[in-house]
Amino acid sequence: MTSSGRGRGAPVRRRALAGLAVLLLATSVCGVEATGAQELTLSVAISMKEAVEELGRGFAAGRPGVTLRYNFGASGQLQKQIEAGAPVDLFVSAAARQVDELEKLGLVVPASRRTFARNVLVAIKPADSRVDLAKPADLLDPRVTRVVIGDPRTVPVGQYAQESLRALGLWDRLQPRLVLAENVRQALDYVNRGEVDAGFVYTTDMATRAQGVREAFRPPEDTYQPVVYPVAVVTASRQPALARAFIELLLSREGQAVLARLGFQPPRPGAR
Amino acid sequence: MRDELLSAVGLSVQVALLATVLTALVGIPVAYVLARRRFWGHTALDLLVTLPLVLPPTVTGYYLIVLLGRRGVLGAPLYAWTGWSVAFTWVAAVIAATVMAMPLLVRTARAAIESVDADLERAAHTLGRSEWRTALEVTLPLARNGILAGLVLAFARALGEFGATLMLAGNIPGKTATMPLAIYTAVQTGESGAALALVAVLTALSCVVLLVSSRFGTRAA
Repeated sequence: MTSSGRGRGAPVRRRALAGLAVLLLATSVCGVEATGAQELTLSVAISMKEAVEELGRGFAAGRPGVTLRYNFGASGQLQKQIEAGAPVDLFVSAAARQVDELEKLGLVVPASRRTFARNVLVAIKPADSRVDLAKPADLLDPRVTRVVIGDPRTVPVGQYAQESLRALGLWDRLQPRLVLAENVRQALDYVNRGEVDAGFVYTTDMATRAQGVREAFRPPEDTYQPVVYPVAVVTASRQPALARAFIELLLSREGQAVLARLGFQPPRPGAR
Repeated sequence: MRDELLSAVGLSVQVALLATVLTALVGIPVAYVLARRRFWGHTALDLLVTLPLVLPPTVTGYYLIVLLGRRGVLGAPLYAWTGWSVAFTWVAAVIAATVMAMPLLVRTARAAIESVDADLERAAHTLGRSEWRTALEVTLPLARNGILAGLVLAFARALGEFGATLMLAGNIPGKTATMPLAIYTAVQTGESGAALALVAVLTALSCVVLLVSSRFGTRAA
């Protein structure tokens, strides 16, 4: 009984093993092929996710053999990754500071740097919130127990929010209510899930969760630095020409049209 | 920065100690019934307390959010009732650490209880002790070293918990940022000095914990 069972089982097992070997071989061949082709790795501020992905699809479609790899996150985290030697070709940041610091360290190519979009800070609340948050001071309402901002140390939207709340004289009083998010999309998600009573994101992020969140108010634009998106080629890139081509795409009429449709504003004329 | 480092160490120890106490209160009775009783739902209970050992901590963290978040199964009524919710408080860090540490205690304690000679328990029974008093006066004292080793492991696990804590408690300096979370932030922000200091403290603490637990291990054998 057992021996006949084993007799029937063995060829099946052998066939399965052979199949597995073929599969392993196939995947390793694919791997070799992929490294032979051109691969462009983009570290992108996560608020730019949809825009860069959409433009990236057209970019890769027009260039056979080119694969784009995305690394989304908070600009400050992406900056530290590049400082640590991450194999990245292009850096899209949601604030000038992170690119300034990389430029000082010689880690991005200064001549390649362009500012290609702007954004606007907005305070949001869960769609089912019953608190009337029409102006910044309303955040002091006792029903507002938790306010999420990006961690100002690494998340640009947190930097801008901190700057604005300081200018409005609310920062110190809101301190005990603050919850820090790792990036702007986590802040958005905390509000969307109703886990917090309010939060600061960009208007473009708010638009991606139209169901779950509502605009509360927009902090006066003169209380924080303009939200700008600089892009630059990473010095260590092995695909600088391809990386520059992507920057061209961001600045092109096509690129600007996609950005405008997703709610981003064009860069100020003459902006670096 | 210095304050944040110190608060991370203090908070971690506080969270780990409380989590160990909670783990003991729940885990020892659970280990006992799993070892000595056969009942409907035995396997389910075993699975429930052991799953956090094999699931990715983020999955456990997600379940905790579904359960305890402001719109969670238990969290929503709690919030409606008290206006307070667990998420993003140090209590959340304690709960996450407790759930993650539970399997280590339950498995170790259960094995220790199962290895207690059942004849001794029967003797206690025939001498007129109830099951409750037999457990307290015979079984648990005989399984003591195994249970203590499990508690030490649970403490170590609670001290090092990262994923589930990050999901339920967030990463708020001074409030929920325990040592592992503070290390993560320090690396993300490029503060390698702070990261190194915390790594050293955590490694030293873990070494102490392992030495203590192996003490109990050898004595149990």
